[in-house]
Order: sequence, then structure tokens, then C-alpha cells
Amino acid sequence: MNQISLLAPGHSGCAGCCDAMAAKFTLMGAGDNCIVVSPTGCLEVMTTPYPETSWDVPWIHSLFENAGAVASGIEAGLKALGKKEKTKVIAMGGDGATLDIGLQAISGAFERGHDFTYVCIDNEAYMNTGVQRSGATPYNASTTTSPAGKVSFGNPRPKKNMPAIIAAHGSPYVATTSLAYPKDMIAKVKKATEIEGPTYIHCHAPCTTGWGFDTSKTVEVAKMAVKTGLWPLYEMENGVVTKVRKIGKVKAPVEDYLKMQRRFKHLFTMEGGEEEIAKIQDIANMNIEEYGL
Amino acid sequence: MPRETTMDKSKMVVVEGSYAVAHSVKVCRPNVISAYPITPQTHIVEDLSQFMADGEIPNCEYINVESEFSALSALVGSSAVGARSYSATTSQGLELMHEVLFNVSGMRLPIVMTVANRAVSAPISIWNDQQDSIAQRDTGWIQLYAENIQEASDMTAQLFKISEDKDIMMPSMACMDGFILSHVYEPVVLLEQDITDEFLPPFNPERTLDPSNPLTFGAFADPNYYTEFRYLQEQAMQTALKKIETVADEFSDMYGRYFGGLIDEYQTEDADIIIMAMGSIVGTIKDVIDRLRENNVKVGLLKVRAFRPFPAEAIKNVIKDAKVVVVLDKNISLGMNAGALFIETKSVLYNTDIDVPVTGYMIGHGGRDIPTSTIDKIIDDAKEIMKSGIKTESQFTDLKEELV
Amino acid sequence: MKIVPGAVCEAGTSRANKTGGWRTFKPVYDYDKCIKCKLCELLCPDSAVKPREDGYFEFDYDFCKGCGICANECPKDAITMELEEK
Repeated sequence: MNQISLLAPGHSGCAGCCDAMAAKFTLMGAGDNCIVVSPTGCLEVMTTPYPETSWDVPWIHSLFENAGAVASGIEAGLKALGKKEKTKVIAMGGDGATLDIGLQAISGAFERGHDFTYVCIDNEAYMNTGVQRSGATPYNASTTTSPAGKVSFGNPRPKKNMPAIIAAHGSPYVATTSLAYPKDMIAKVKKATEIEGPTYIHCHAPCTTGWGFDTSKTVEVAKMAVKTGLWPLYEMENGVVTKVRKIGKVKAPVEDYLKMQRRFKHLFTMEGGEEEIAKIQDIANMNIEEYGL
Repeated sequence: MPRETTMDKSKMVVVEGSYAVAHSVKVCRPNVISAYPITPQTHIVEDLSQFMADGEIPNCEYINVESEFSALSALVGSSAVGARSYSATTSQGLELMHEVLFNVSGMRLPIVMTVANRAVSAPISIWNDQQDSIAQRDTGWIQLYAENIQEASDMTAQLFKISEDKDIMMPSMACMDGFILSHVYEPVVLLEQDITDEFLPPFNPERTLDPSNPLTFGAFADPNYYTEFRYLQEQAMQTALKKIETVADEFSDMYGRYFGGLIDEYQTEDADIIIMAMGSIVGTIKDVIDRLRENNVKVGLLKVRAFRPFPAEAIKNVIKDAKVVVVLDKNISLGMNAGALFIETKSVLYNTDIDVPVTGYMIGHGGRDIPTSTIDKIIDDAKEIMKSGIKTESQFTDLKEELV
Repeated sequence: MKIVPGAVCEAGTSRANKTGGWRTFKPVYDYDKCIKCKLCELLCPDSAVKPREDGYFEFDYDFCKGCGICANECPKDAITMELEEK
């Protein structure tokens, strides 16, 4: 496996940054003959303060909500100029840019069938603006716009199921990945970029700053999300789940995941927290059953 | 030296304005066209899709996007890889693109877009005025306004050449009045492929997204740099001022047609009254001038073809000896009670020794017809101003008082 | 330096930005324990783990921010985080 990083050091991501890891893994899977488009967000800001850039591949940022459309245009432009043959087109953005504000442009790009790969780096909130709730924020997570308080356990809704939305577009390949399983992610990105048509990778990416854990724990927290069943790792081909990473007979209880993070701290101190944790365990149990984890 | 337009009648065909524009786009050899339907622009992208379906545009991809926002966003990507990129829109579609318009200009991507000018909602109206493109005047797009469908068609090729100039690299809008030009059938000369190939060189930008030289496009600029990027955009606009003129001249030399560079003049030389206007209304005004000239009324027309960059010197040069200037605007800056061309014309006269009264009329909003009698009335007002000065600086025209 | 219209940057230029100064703790290898599994190199968010010719690795302290992921994930506990002496 090629371990050469195409994301240069000197970027201003936090120590232990999940975005930097996800971008690095993605480029390892895609190789250097690609063009990357990133929407606005942490990854964009931390890698490209003019006149410096951390990208060793051609890269473009346009706006927050249009990465799907920009990627469409890059693909179409390369085709028209006879340059698409070898060059892969990749869009890589956060959960806000993917599940929320950029959803329409992504939907259009997938429906039209452009040959590109979209990678969602899901750290479950708007981190670049200071940890506000997004459509990917999990149930009961405390964010700066869904804070826990005397009468609130935090975010009142579960995560939007983006991989299912993409699969419903008829995408030939949709896969979930985790920073805790880099080789799995690199292999899935490679596979996604080699399949013709619009493919999708959804990477679970714990954010040290936004979630509240030590900078050394990015991978450990990511691994626990998988071990509890809260983040199932699977592949879907043409809408059907074809591969699942089993997590063994003994599943970790969700408490083990939640207690590592400041954003769930209130569940362990507030009255009624236990019932709320049980609801989160139900989400994990449903995943375990649905995907046969 | 005034340039003449001689139309080669043997080459003239009667087509819809939208078709003439679509044909121009075709012979400019675009690589990517993005399309989203909106009245009255739709016929342009329909015609282009038919050309695609008939295999008439080589090396081109046509993208049916899911919104105008994505129409322009897709072209950000295609233009950045070095593909000549085109779209067309109007009204709500153009307003939806607002954020992308700034982005395209700041990234210096020479996209060309036809705007079939239409009023903006609310109340919703599909009919013509120029509020849509005027509202985008600060986005860093070159804006030319066409008088007739021949000019709208010719302008398309001119704008690719202007925008793609390496010292300019700014996007542009070819503005044509919705329905009045987009849907009218007139005899025109369709741009010839061979002449166009000679007139418009292939798009070959200095910097592209290319794995063999991996550049970063769209970095963010902190306060140490942002001002200078803005300054360079303004410099490019100033360069475009000259280029719009030279390209119109080159076009005239090669195709034999000239509808003005930054501006065009009609009977201005000895005019006491000069009317300023943009777009299709220019034709109506010329008819009125012809009639009034027979009665020795010294009235002339200053057609403003370029609204961005704003041709301040060219305008000043024409109106400096007039006794009154009348500016017609198919738009309004609400809260200013005036249209954009009027406001900006006045602004460029300040701090000069030109002392001519300027009066403004907001006209033709939401497709309200502009009969010659309205122009007559405005000229009567101007005569009155010559005698006794300005009483009303700016006003609505043909307002139905009984409705308000 | 002249700015480039459109704010276009040359590849990889952030290498000019030495982020090593952010560090509070620095990772240090115990090569006796290292099994050359490459996990530290793979995981480093700052690409600050560099391979040596002998198959072992060394830290690029110009860029290492001291996050400690390498030490936390090392299967042989061959990396320790030591307080940075300024």
C-alpha cells in the first residue's frame, strides 16, 4: 500500500485532526492523478490560507453548498477535453456541506451519473464555525446550538441516513468508513474511484475539539463507535448491502463510547440520563440487527 | 470614425432571437454548457440541446443541472479545468446564482452567460425589465446590453474573446431583453463558423486544474491579501474597457457589423437633448428621433452598451455639450427612487466641469409596454427642462395613478 | 512576491509553515520495541512521521503538533510522549 501522503504538513488543523486524517486516507486510496473539490469548512480553511496550500493534488474550493455541482463540471470539462480517462474526480467535504446545505447539488450530481467519488468527512457538527448542530449530529449530543440544559438532553433528533439517500439515487457503490480502520477506508476509496459512475464514501471522523476528548484519542473514539454498533461499517453495491464488518459477539455498551466525550457528559450527570443512554443503546441495537454486525 | 453596419442580405435568415444566440454559442465551440429552464431564457438552452442531440457541437458536454445555482457552480469546475463554459439564465435564476457570480469573478473564470432580462419577484412576473442583471452589477461580471437579436448574437462571440483575454479573465453577461429579443423573429446573419474560428482563438488559460501541475484554486485570503485581489479585479475591469472597444472593432472588420463598443451614438453630434438607454428600447427611441429630427428637434441617443465596466469617459465625452440628458432605466434602486444608469451617470459627472442637467425615468417595469408616445412625452419634459430647469430629478413613467 | 489573480497557490507550499511550535508533548521512539508496523506513519494527521532507510521511522519535529495519536495507537507501546523542553 502506498503510504505517501498527498496532504502536506504545515496545515493548521488542530492536533489530532480528523479531517487531515480522512483527507490523507482518501488521497492514498485515490492516488495522485485526481482533482479534488472541497466545499467550505474546516478542511478547506486549514489547508489553504493564501499563498499556502497543503494539497499536492489539484484542488478547488468554490462555495459551501456547491461541491457536487463543481465536481460535475470538472468531470464534464475533462470529458469534453478528452482528459477524463485517467483522472479521477473527488469531492470531499464535511457533514454540514454534505447532509445539509450541499445536499441538492450532490443529489443532482448523483442523479445525473457523473463519474466521481464523493467523500463525506462526518464529524457530526459544524466544526469550522464552532460546533453547531448539523443533520449529522447524533441523538442527545450537546452542541453550541443544541446545548444540553435544564430541560434538554441536547440534540433531539437522530442522524440523517446519508448513505441510504445516496444509495436511493442508484449509486453503484456506497461505503461507510471510520478513521479507526484506515486500511479499510483506503481500500474502499480505491474501489469507489475505480468504479465508473457516482460513488460515495461516508467517513465517521471524531473531532477532538468539537466532541471533547484528548487529541490522542481520535482513533480510539472512532474505534469505539464501531465496536458499539453506533457506526456500522458496510458496503452497498447498487443499493444492496454486500459487505459488513462484524464486530464480534461481545459488543461494547454505548456508555463506553459516550463517556469518552464531553458532548455526552450530561447524560451521566442529569436526572433521566440513564433512560436517554438506553435510547442510544436502542439505536446501536437496531444497527446490530439491521446490518448483522 | 463612425463604423457602418452593412447586412449581407444573401446571408440573412429569419430566426428567433434565442436561436440566433444558441447558434453563436455553437460556433464559439463551447466545451461545457449547463442548462436549467426558466422563462424567457429556455429556448436558448433548448436549441443548444438540439444541436447536441444532432451531434453539431463537437467536444462538448451538456449538463442538465438541478438549479441555476448548480448551473453556474458546474461551470466553475469546467472552466477551472480549461473548458470553454457557457450557460443562460434570467430573473430568479440569476438571483439564485448571486453567490456564485461573485465566486466566479473572484476566481477569474471567464464564463459567458446570456441573460434574457426579466423582472424579479414579488409579484412574480415573467415579463421584461432589467432589474435582474442590474441587481448583479457589483459581482464583477462584465455586462453588455443588446439592442436587437443580431447584436445579442454577435455579442456572444465578442464576450468570449473579451472575457478570455489573459489580462482580463473576468466572466461576462450578454444581456438581451426577455421576450422582446429572446422570442422575436427577425432577419439576422448567423455567425459563420470559419470567420468565428479566426475571430475567437481556442480557450487556453494560463492556469488550470491539472494533475501534472497540481495547483490549488480558491484559497482563502486573510486581510493581508484580500484587498489586492479586489484591486486586481478592478484593474481587469479597467482593461476590459479598452478591450470591449477593440474587440467590437475587430468584429466589425471581420464580420462587417458594428453595434457600438462601450457605447453607440445616434444623432448626438449637435443634440441639445440626449437620451441614454440600454437594450431593445434603443430601437424605439431611434424611431422617435428620426421623426422629431424632421421637425428640427435636436435630439440624439446615447446607447449604453457596457454597463460593467462603466464607460464613464465615453459617456462624459458624448454628453458634455448637451443641454439636457435624459436617462431611461428598466430598473429601480428601491429607496433611492431612481434607476441605476441614472444614478451612475450623475455620479461620473460630479467633480468635473460638465454642468448638464440629468433627469431620470424608470420605465417598462415588469413588461409594461413603452409606446413612442411615452418617449415623446419624455422629450417634451426635456424641452421644458431646457427652459426652466429640473423640477423632478427621477420619476416613474406611465404610472397608473388610479391604481395606487 | 506578487499575488496570483484568483488566489491560485503552488502545490504543497504549507510546508513553509512549521507547526512543530504548537507542541506541548513530543513523541519519542523506543526502537527496541518498534516492529516497523507503519501504523504511526499511516495515522499521523500531520504527515510528520518519516520512514528511515533501515525501516524504522523518525518524527519530523518541524511539523509534529504532539497530538499523541501515534503513541496512543502503537501496538507495542514503542512511543512515549515527553514534556517538550522549550
